[in-house]
Amino acid sequence: MTDSANMVLMVATVLFALGLVGVLTRKNVVFMLISVEVMLNAAGMAFIAAGSKWQQPDGQVMFLFILAMAAAEVSVGLALVLQIYHQHKTMDVEDLKELKD
Amino acid sequence: MNSLLAYIPALPLLGFIILSLFGRRSPKPVIAWVGAGTVCLAALITIAVGVAFMQSTPANGAYSQLLWSWFRVGALSVDINLRVDALTLVFIFIITFVGALIHIYSAFFMWHDRDMARFFASMNLFVCSMLLLVMADNLVLLYLGWEGVGLCSYLLIGFWYEVPSNSRAANKAFLITRIGDTALLIGLFLLFKELGTLNMNAIQQQAPQHFTTGSADIVLITVLLLVGGMGKSAQMPLQTWLPDAMAGPSPVSALIHAATMVTAGVYLIARMHGLFLLSPVTMAIVAIVGAVTLLVAGCSALAQTDIKRILAYSTISQIGYMFLALGVGAWSAAIFHFFTHAFFKALLFLAAGVVIEALHHEHNIFRMGGLRKRMPEVFITFLAGAAALSALPLVTAGFFSKDAILWYSWSSAGGTSVLWFMALVGAFITALYSTRLMLVVFWGEMRTPVHQQPDRGMVIPLIILAFFSITAGFIEWPHNMLHLSLFSDHVQQVLPATVMKRDLPSEWLFQAIATVITLTGVYIGYMLYYGKSGVRWQQSPPLAATRDFFFSGWKFDQLYNFLFVKPFLFLTRVNKSDVIDKLYNGIAQAGLRLNGWFSVSQNGSLRLYIVGVLAGILFIITLQLLL
Repeated sequence: MTDSANMVLMVATVLFALGLVGVLTRKNVVFMLISVEVMLNAAGMAFIAAGSKWQQPDGQVMFLFILAMAAAEVSVGLALVLQIYHQHKTMDVEDLKELKD
Repeated sequence: MNSLLAYIPALPLLGFIILSLFGRRSPKPVIAWVGAGTVCLAALITIAVGVAFMQSTPANGAYSQLLWSWFRVGALSVDINLRVDALTLVFIFIITFVGALIHIYSAFFMWHDRDMARFFASMNLFVCSMLLLVMADNLVLLYLGWEGVGLCSYLLIGFWYEVPSNSRAANKAFLITRIGDTALLIGLFLLFKELGTLNMNAIQQQAPQHFTTGSADIVLITVLLLVGGMGKSAQMPLQTWLPDAMAGPSPVSALIHAATMVTAGVYLIARMHGLFLLSPVTMAIVAIVGAVTLLVAGCSALAQTDIKRILAYSTISQIGYMFLALGVGAWSAAIFHFFTHAFFKALLFLAAGVVIEALHHEHNIFRMGGLRKRMPEVFITFLAGAAALSALPLVTAGFFSKDAILWYSWSSAGGTSVLWFMALVGAFITALYSTRLMLVVFWGEMRTPVHQQPDRGMVIPLIILAFFSITAGFIEWPHNMLHLSLFSDHVQQVLPATVMKRDLPSEWLFQAIATVITLTGVYIGYMLYYGKSGVRWQQSPPLAATRDFFFSGWKFDQLYNFLFVKPFLFLTRVNKSDVIDKLYNGIAQAGLRLNGWFSVSQNGSLRLYIVGVLAGILFIITLQLLL
């Protein structure tokens, strides 16, 4: 049981690392958003693993929360992306430095 | 009688309120009646109070009226409490009586001035403040009056404020007296710290138990009170404001800068005699200040050409006599000289005002002359005033008061031969400059034609004052001549009697010397100035230099300019951008600098932000693992 929890946690870590690297390396805003989703799912997977290890329902409850939050986040994020594309005709974050002081 | 006291200062205050609220729209007769009428009523009440006081001395030697409690803080409770004892009675009599005459005179003198209402409002406020000053039974109320008269003096010196030099004179008077006021205030604080009360009676009673004679505390307190008095009374070294204060209208000079306000210092010292007697050092300083002042101011008066400046220096010199008398412990002689001086000096200023008006605002005595025939009433009254000022023996009031001071400056326990000699030289100088003034203005050929004769209403106050300048002395005779001492009997209900030395030479000898000296002064003045215009001064260079030195008032203005004004201006120039501001500017600069550094990180690059977040997470995790 412990081993399988460890295995799941390792998968989650790898998933998280993949997401992180995706955010850091991708220039396209849509892909960065997808990478953030990947990281969220990695976190959710860690919750599931922990929940099943201690036989508690909390892990799964937390995952449902993350799912709902991710859905909201994606809808807001995609709306922003659409607006960015409308205004700047580009998806490249390097070109979107208007927030600079 | 007690319930009448409040009306004495309240009536002038009422006049002030009416005139300052409605004066601008009132016709001139109303202004004159309100302005002069309130003070005349106050004078009548004062005379009624005085008569009642003389007939039967009230219990505790004073009338008092508690109006209301001003404030109460901890142990300190200050009441608006008026108290009239024998000493105060002399002062309120002079303030209201001479004040009323000067107000009547002013009603005619200021008739053509467009700011007549402002003039009378300020004068009434002055009379009210001065009455509060002398009627206060505690030092806080006295200080209120003290500042009130300072304010009115400022307002009235700068009355014709369109002329810049008048405003400067007003500022100078205010600032220099402020030095004294500050010292007085510190003195009051110290007194309260030591005794826990500022009630004058309580101070008088507690001081001998609380202080040992000559201890550092009492010396410090009395010296601070003395500096306060020196500022108001224009004594050395704070005398420089009074000659410039002549920028005000002549009635102002007569009332404020001759008869009443400038003697506030004399009143303060006389009122606080219980403290001063505990500090022999301060008494000696008072005497020396007085003696030096009377000589310095007397010499300055010799060289002036402006008629009002002559009288101003003469006032400083006469107040010097009063300080001398206070310093040697001749309390009643000092107050007596105040009493007679108020009459003749007010008279001289008012008469000078008439002369100046009649000659198209000519102030220079060497452009006057020959007025004896043209203005006979003014001539006679001015002669009475000048005779009293130079203390012509037996026929003038000035003689009786000044002779007493001369005698006590030798014979009292605090007196010395040096003080006596200085006072004697002062008497000689006084006689000399009075004669000079008289001869140059009223004899000789006429240099400026008289263009108007004074109003009857201006001459009548002059005649009344002239009458008192001659007769006011007869209530107090030297002991060797006649046993009549109404005045000193009166004020010695409050003030201690003068302590005398033993084994004194005859008083007759001193009187003879003083008389000879005075007459010599008059004679030398006659020799120098009769028939000539007194230009001999200018003929030899050393004399001309001396004259210029005296003319500038012993160069005190230049000295202060060099000692205080120049260094101050230098400091302000050096410190143009304030040193203290550097601190606050530095804080703002540091904020801007930090902002510059941190705004580099705000570059809009999303990925750098993420790296930042990641670095932060790693930092926190590492920290947690390590600790």
